[in-house]
Amino acid sequence: MRFRLTEDQRALRDGVRGLLTRRFDREALWAAVAAPGLDRVLWRELGAAGFFALRLPEADGGVGLGLPEAVLAFEEAGRVLLPGPLVATHLAAGAVPGAATGETVVAAVDGGLVEWLAEADVVRGEAAGAVPLRSVDPLTPLHRVAAVGSPDSVAVLLTAAEQLGTATRACELAVQHARTREQFGQPIGAFQAVKHLCAEMLVRAETARAAVYAAAVTTDPVDIAAARLLADEAAVHGTRDCLQVHGGMGFTWESEVHLHLKRAWVRSQRGSANTESEEILAADLAG
Amino acid sequence: MDLAYSPEEEEFRARLREWLAKALPTLPPKPSPDDWPGRRAYDLGWQRMLHDAGYAGLHWPVDAGGQGATPTRQLIFLEETENAGAPYVGANFVGLLHAGPTIAAEGTPGQRARWLPPVLRGEEVWCQGFSEPDAGSDLAALRTRACRDGDDYVVTGSKIWTSHAEVADWCELLVRTDPDAPKHRGITWLALPMDAPGITVRPLRTLAGSAEFAEVFLDEVRVPVANRVGDENDGWRVTMVTLSFERGTAFVGEVVACRRVLGELARTARENGRWDDPVLRRRLGRLNAEFRALWRLTQWNVSEAEASGGVPGVGGSVFKLRYSHARQELYDAAADVLGPDCLDLDREWTLDRLSSLSYTIAAGTSQIQRNIVAERILGLPKGR
Ligand SMILES: Cc1cc2nc3c(=O)[nH]c(=O)nc-3n(C[C@H](O)[C@H](O)[C@H](O)COP(=O)(O)OP(=O)(O)OC[C@H]3O[C@@H](n4cnc5c(N)ncnc54)[C@H](O)[C@@H]3O)c2cc1C
Repeated sequence: MRFRLTEDQRALRDGVRGLLTRRFDREALWAAVAAPGLDRVLWRELGAAGFFALRLPEADGGVGLGLPEAVLAFEEAGRVLLPGPLVATHLAAGAVPGAATGETVVAAVDGGLVEWLAEADVVRGEAAGAVPLRSVDPLTPLHRVAAVGSPDSVAVLLTAAEQLGTATRACELAVQHARTREQFGQPIGAFQAVKHLCAEMLVRAETARAAVYAAAVTTDPVDIAAARLLADEAAVHGTRDCLQVHGGMGFTWESEVHLHLKRAWVRSQRGSANTESEEILAADLAG
Repeated sequence: MDLAYSPEEEEFRARLREWLAKALPTLPPKPSPDDWPGRRAYDLGWQRMLHDAGYAGLHWPVDAGGQGATPTRQLIFLEETENAGAPYVGANFVGLLHAGPTIAAEGTPGQRARWLPPVLRGEEVWCQGFSEPDAGSDLAALRTRACRDGDDYVVTGSKIWTSHAEVADWCELLVRTDPDAPKHRGITWLALPMDAPGITVRPLRTLAGSAEFAEVFLDEVRVPVANRVGDENDGWRVTMVTLSFERGTAFVGEVVACRRVLGELARTARENGRWDDPVLRRRLGRLNAEFRALWRLTQWNVSEAEASGGVPGVGGSVFKLRYSHARQELYDAAADVLGPDCLDLDREWTLDRLSSLSYTIAAGTSQIQRNIVAERILGLPKGR
C-alpha cells in the first residue's frame, strides 16, 4: 500500500499548477469577472495540455491516465477558480468531437442547472426550455432546467476534487491574511479564536483530501458519495471561515474570498442532493 | 496512489489471520471491567501470546527486540486484530507505545536490555507520570522535584490522571531537576519503580464509575541515577519522542471498531424502527462518510510515515482532532438510536458514550491540538 502521490503524480500536479498560474493569474481572474465570457484561447490551451483528454486512451489520442490524475488536475482548477464547463467537457472527451482538444466547449444538464449554456457548442442532457438565472457566481453563468439529469459518478468525484482545491486555497488565503493583518499590536493569527478557525479549515480539507483521493483509486460509488459530502463541507464551510478571518475586507467585492465562496455554492448544487449522498452511505450500512 | 497491499503484505495478513483464529479461542474469560489485577493479568497474557507467536513489538526497531515492521504491517496487524475481536493493548499501552519506544530511542544498551524485553514478553506494566495538578496542557510547568543525592535522585511531588498506576511496575516519570532553568530546560526523564518506598497511589473514580486512573504522591522517593534516560535536564526533548508515537498509529484499531459499531447501530435502528426517521438515517450516512475518510486518512498518514522512515508526522494532530470529535458524534448518534435505553448503564454503548468524552482531553486536548496544527503546520504566530 502506497497511498501517497507518486513522483509522476507530483510532477503532473506541479505542471498543471504551473500552467494555471501562468495562464490564469489574479489579473486574468479579475479580467474574467469584469468581462464574463469563455476564453476560447485558454480553452484550447487546456485541450493542448491534455486537461480534457487526460483519461482518454493513448490509442484514441488521449493522455491515457486515470481518475487519480484527473482528480489532481481538477483540484488545481478548483484552487484558481478556473471558469468554464470543465467537468462536462472533460467527460465529453472521446464522445463529442473536438471536446478532447478544447475546440468544442461542452456543457451538461446537472442538478436542474446548466452551467455555461449560452457559450457552449454542445449541450448534453435535456436542456429544452432552459431559463437563464441571474447567477450568484459572477464566473458561472447558469440556466435553470426542469430535468435534473442522472448524476454521473465521475462528474460527482471531479466536482469534489474542485471543492478540495477551493477548501485548500481558502485555508491558505486565511492563513496569509492572519499572518499579516495586525490588530491590538499583533498579527490576528496570534489570537487563538482565529488560529482555531484556521486549524479546523485545514482539518476539514485534509480529511476531505483522503476521501477524495481514495475514491479516485477505488471508484466505489459509496466512496464517491463520502468524498462528495466531505469535500462540499470543507469548501462551503472553509470559504465562510476564510471570509470571517478577513473581517470587513472579506465582505467586499474586491477581495477574492467571495469568488471562492460562491463557486463552492455553485458546485454543491451539482449531482444529486446532499441528502441523496447521505442515503447512499446509509444504505451501505444497512446492506 | 495505491491502496492495494503487496503480496508480502497480504501473506503477512493471511498468516496473522490464521494465527488469530487458533489463538483467540484459547484466551481465558475476560475479567470484569473493575477487576484491575485481573485485567492486568489478562492483558499481559495476551502480550505473552503475541510474543511467543513473533508479533510482539511489531513496530519497534529490531535491535530493541522488535520486528522492525513497516508502518503498513503495523496497520494490517491492528486492523486484523480488531476485526478478529482480539484484546486491546490495554495495560501494555504505555510500555509498548510510550516508555518502550522512548527507551529504545534514547536509552543506553544496559537500559534497553533491562526494560524492553519484559515489555515485549508481557511481564511488566508501565504507566505515564507526566501530568500534575498544576501542569496539564502546560506540561512543562511540572514541579515534581528531583534532587541529586549521591547515586540517587530524591523525588518529591505529585502526579495526577496516571492511568493504570495501581497495577504498574514502572512509571515513566517527568521531574524537575533545575528549577532555575527556563521551564523546558530543567526537566528529566526517570524510570520509577512503583514499589519504591514513599509512593502512595490513590485511585480516582472516573465519570464512568471506574478507577481507571489515579493520583500518585511521591514523598522523598529514591530513584537511582542509573534510571535516568537521556541527560539530566534533557527530559523535554526525550518526552517529545514519546508523544509523537502516541499520536501515530494509536487509533487504528479504534477506527476499525467505530466502523463496526456504525454497522451495528444501523442494524439496531432497523430493528427498533428508528431507521424510518430520515434525519437519523442520514446522520448515520454522514458518519459512514466520516469514518471511511478517517480510515483513508490513517492509510495516508501511514504511507507518509513509511516514506519518511517511520517517523509519525504532524498528520497525527489533524487525525486526532477529527477522530476524537467523530467518536463523540458516533455515540451521540447511538443514543438517538437507542432512545430511552441510552440511559441504561448495562448497555455497552452507554459506557462507550461516557468514555468517548475523554478523547478530546487525554493526550493533548482539542484546543491544544488546534494550537499545534495552527502553529506547527500552518505557521501562525504564537500569541503573547
Ligand atoms: C482518561 C484520561 C487518561 C489520562 N491518562 C494520563 C496518564 O496516564 N498520564 C498522564 O500523565 N496524564 C494522563 N491524562 C492527563 C491528560 O494528559 C490531561 O488531562 C490533559 O493534558 C489536559 O490537562 P488538564 O486536565 O490539566 O486540563 P487543563 O490543561 O487545565 O485544561 C482545561 C481546559 O483549558 C483548555 N486550555 C488549557 N490550555 C490552553 C491553551 N493554551 N489554549 C487553549 N485552551 C487551553 C484545555 O483545552 C481544556 O479545555 C489523562 C487524562 C484522561 C482524561
